[in-house]
Amino acid sequence: MTTPPATPKKPIDPESLNVILATDCGSTTTKAILIEKIDGTYRQTYRGEAPTTVEEPAADVTVGVINAATEVGELAGRKLVDENGVLIRPSNGKDGCDIYISTSSAGGGLQMLVAGVVREMTGASAQRAALGAGAIVMDVLASNDKRKPHEQIQRIRDLRPDMILVSGGTDGGTTSHVVQIAELIAPAKPQPRFGGQYRMPVIYAGNKDAANLVADVFKHEVELSIVPNLRPTMERENLGPARDAIHDLFLEHVMAHAPGYEKLIAWADAPIMPTPGAVGEILQTIAKQDNINVVGVDIGGATTDVFSVFDGAFNRTVSANLGMSYSISNVCAEATLPKILRWVPFDCDERELRNRVKNKMIRPTTIPQTLDALMFEQAVSREALRLAYVQHRQFAVGLSGVQKQRTVGDAFAQQTGQSSLIDNMRLDLLVASGGVLSHAPRMVQTAMMLIDAFEPEGITRLAKDSIFMMPHLGVLAQVHPRAAMEVFQRDCLIYLGTCIAPKGTGKPGQPCCKYQFTGGIQALGEAKFGELLYWPLGIGETATVVLEPSRGFDVGSGPGKRHEAIIHGGTVGVIFDARGRSLTLPEDRRACQQQVQQWNRVVEMYP
Amino acid sequence: MAQGYTPGLKVTPWTRWRCRRVLPIPGDVRVKVGVKVRAEEVIAEAAMPGDATPVNVAKLLGVPAGELAKHLLIKAGDVVSVGQIVAQSKGLFGLFSSEVKSSVGGTVESISTVTGMMIVRGEPLRVQVRAYLTGTVVEVLPNEGAVIEADAAVIQGIFGIGGEAYGVIHPVCAKHDEDLHEDKLTGDLRGKIIIGGRRVTQAAIRKAQQLGVAAVVTGGIDDQDLREILGYDLGVAITGNEAIGLSIIITEGFGDIAMAHRTFDLLRSHAGHHASVNGTTQIRAGVLRPEILIPVDAPVAKTAIKDREEGQLVIGAPVRVIREPEFGSLGTVATMPSEPAVLASESKARVVTVTLARGETVTVPRANVELIEG
Repeated sequence: MTTPPATPKKPIDPESLNVILATDCGSTTTKAILIEKIDGTYRQTYRGEAPTTVEEPAADVTVGVINAATEVGELAGRKLVDENGVLIRPSNGKDGCDIYISTSSAGGGLQMLVAGVVREMTGASAQRAALGAGAIVMDVLASNDKRKPHEQIQRIRDLRPDMILVSGGTDGGTTSHVVQIAELIAPAKPQPRFGGQYRMPVIYAGNKDAANLVADVFKHEVELSIVPNLRPTMERENLGPARDAIHDLFLEHVMAHAPGYEKLIAWADAPIMPTPGAVGEILQTIAKQDNINVVGVDIGGATTDVFSVFDGAFNRTVSANLGMSYSISNVCAEATLPKILRWVPFDCDERELRNRVKNKMIRPTTIPQTLDALMFEQAVSREALRLAYVQHRQFAVGLSGVQKQRTVGDAFAQQTGQSSLIDNMRLDLLVASGGVLSHAPRMVQTAMMLIDAFEPEGITRLAKDSIFMMPHLGVLAQVHPRAAMEVFQRDCLIYLGTCIAPKGTGKPGQPCCKYQFTGGIQALGEAKFGELLYWPLGIGETATVVLEPSRGFDVGSGPGKRHEAIIHGGTVGVIFDARGRSLTLPEDRRACQQQVQQWNRVVEMYP
Repeated sequence: MAQGYTPGLKVTPWTRWRCRRVLPIPGDVRVKVGVKVRAEEVIAEAAMPGDATPVNVAKLLGVPAGELAKHLLIKAGDVVSVGQIVAQSKGLFGLFSSEVKSSVGGTVESISTVTGMMIVRGEPLRVQVRAYLTGTVVEVLPNEGAVIEADAAVIQGIFGIGGEAYGVIHPVCAKHDEDLHEDKLTGDLRGKIIIGGRRVTQAAIRKAQQLGVAAVVTGGIDDQDLREILGYDLGVAITGNEAIGLSIIITEGFGDIAMAHRTFDLLRSHAGHHASVNGTTQIRAGVLRPEILIPVDAPVAKTAIKDREEGQLVIGAPVRVIREPEFGSLGTVATMPSEPAVLASESKARVVTVTLARGETVTVPRANVELIEG
């Protein structure tokens, strides 16, 4: 039994930092950015990238780091790597950097199995802890997961996670249930993913009274770490210690077994974080500082991560098989082709389309060359994002098992289960990242993919991560929050503009909402239901809008209530989406194509 | 000279090929360095701990877990058989006694005094690793496996299903752009690796299954047919465990797409030769492509000597276009402009110009070409 030690690092004096080098070692590419203090303000100045080198022939992640750092150095006119291939630190004139920090998702990231006594209570809390730390949760094991014990044991044997998190019971409660969970895991003799050279790291974060009993069950067959209970009482989650233990064990056991990581860990001036964990950190920082509700999304080739911070509560979900290349076929299977095709304003041969999707799956690095191919990929992305957000909303709920005082109204509402913490009407900022969103040829395409998939309500600001530097800034926030925030606001986010969307439904053409813009936009009129309206409003520009929704429509102050706000511009401007919430498209294929074509024309989506 | 890095699939008449063959858990390695092995030969073996079955004895007996010890008739380490009484309660004045019988046979691994759970471990499961490649053991990995080396013709496919298979190469299509229909499957094809041309139909796969064909290698397949054969829609390209009775390797992609001439000719030149194939595909970081390995005696031609570095896209390199509008076309790199170009989709990307086999020169994003590796 051990308590995970914190990685010892030298204390960093934030004020002494003038040049910061940060890398994100992804599965395929290592991305490096340089952050420099210019006139007292931190700015991201240069970026470079190189293939990640965890596989043969290099089989050393630091080779890719040095290559990416060398590229940044050449662009910046700054020598970052010395003749021996070592990063130069601290900076001295035009040489070196003051600190080096990194995140990593190479080798498929961190894959975990979590367990709790009751799936909806401690199981959900354990899942939240693992996801928040940046892991992919392979399965949630619980006493009530409807599988028989031998099926559960077999499942553990089949999986080869990087580590296991065991929770269960509140402090002072019964011990037998959580011991029973341990008794299922121990005989399964779980094997770590990276071979049998080390013992499986297991974190116990359950009822503190059962800790010794659990340790007895595992004996010395696993590397057991005992941390404070992640659900000490029904009413409270305490995910911090479990999350920290996951990060420490990730470094000590998982990453240390990947080629070259021992060296990388020694190089870095702050603990290396799993990439999604770092993205979560920076979004929480911005939500806290600006006192706003934020949703962030990162759509990749294989997975889609959704992050949210609502009223300070942070949640992250990974939709493991919703992505734009490796998993594109799965998106089509889950969303169904008709759902995807509703966004495609031209006729397609279904057989050919299915073969195209599979060809993208087996050759994931190809890019759309024709306009039709681009439109189809953007249609797929809408559905992938929509499904990922549905999963996120279902997961991001309040604590289950908490006793609540109910009113008579609640009894009539007949609400079952937990309500989602996500409320699109109170969403202030929606941030996009990931290839299909970041590299869309027109910014308005990114904005419309976000609006169509997430269906923001009321007034919502839209932005995208310029060059996917949120991971770097997440680690930086750990050592220098001010620098991270300055770069985040000045260089990381590209504001696309603002979406105004009345909540409610109606008949096409019926009055939906009166508007009056002053300031950066001068406009007065009434949006009809089903319409999409668009005004340019540049970066840094603002306008004041007074909205008077029709009966049954809500823009933030309640149904039919007048609402006034200052709105911000961006590279796109202001999109007034009077298409209704929830957004419904015509059932008839021809009518749907015409409708989508018309919306595309309004916002000038395609050439 | 302009160059870039682009991954490609290996299609070579000769190379010295090495296979690392390892057990999932430590075990015994049966071979020594220098020994010649046949593809189907078992070279390493291990015993996996048997299945563990939990039996909640305290609950079944109706006694608290803490009191279970005095009712037990067995202890950890004992061997129990199915139906054997493992615990007994005395009941009141010797009456109403109850007993618990083991539902499984095996060795009692543990009995918990906290939950009353008994874990019975079944017989160990044997795991074997075959040589896969007929060749010579060049390295023994103690307790893990071995590295086998051989001179071989190597052909990588783009996608496959089913795991490892062995057999004799048997071409059934006369031309590289001929579809593989079921009427081509005649004679005794049991245990053979059949070579098609363009697309294989669902009916042909069904017939191959009936005939006991070991593997089908062809240019393309329809997604709809694959779905029917598997019984489900493949969401991600991670394959190898499909139990469909044979392995399928697609060399080019989905749809009506002819096998590349070079691949087709190479496979036909080995008609009657023994080969090992593996349909396992993993398109993620650490990509695994399906492969056909045909042991050969010695370098067969000068073409085996590489005149360029692996993965280097240079002017004159043979490439395959892997995205529409020219999907499947073969050609050679004509120019490699250094500046990014604006595509019809309005995206900006680095491009190459490719002279297609039909003589036309087209501009294609670099990401949309694949080297044909020799």
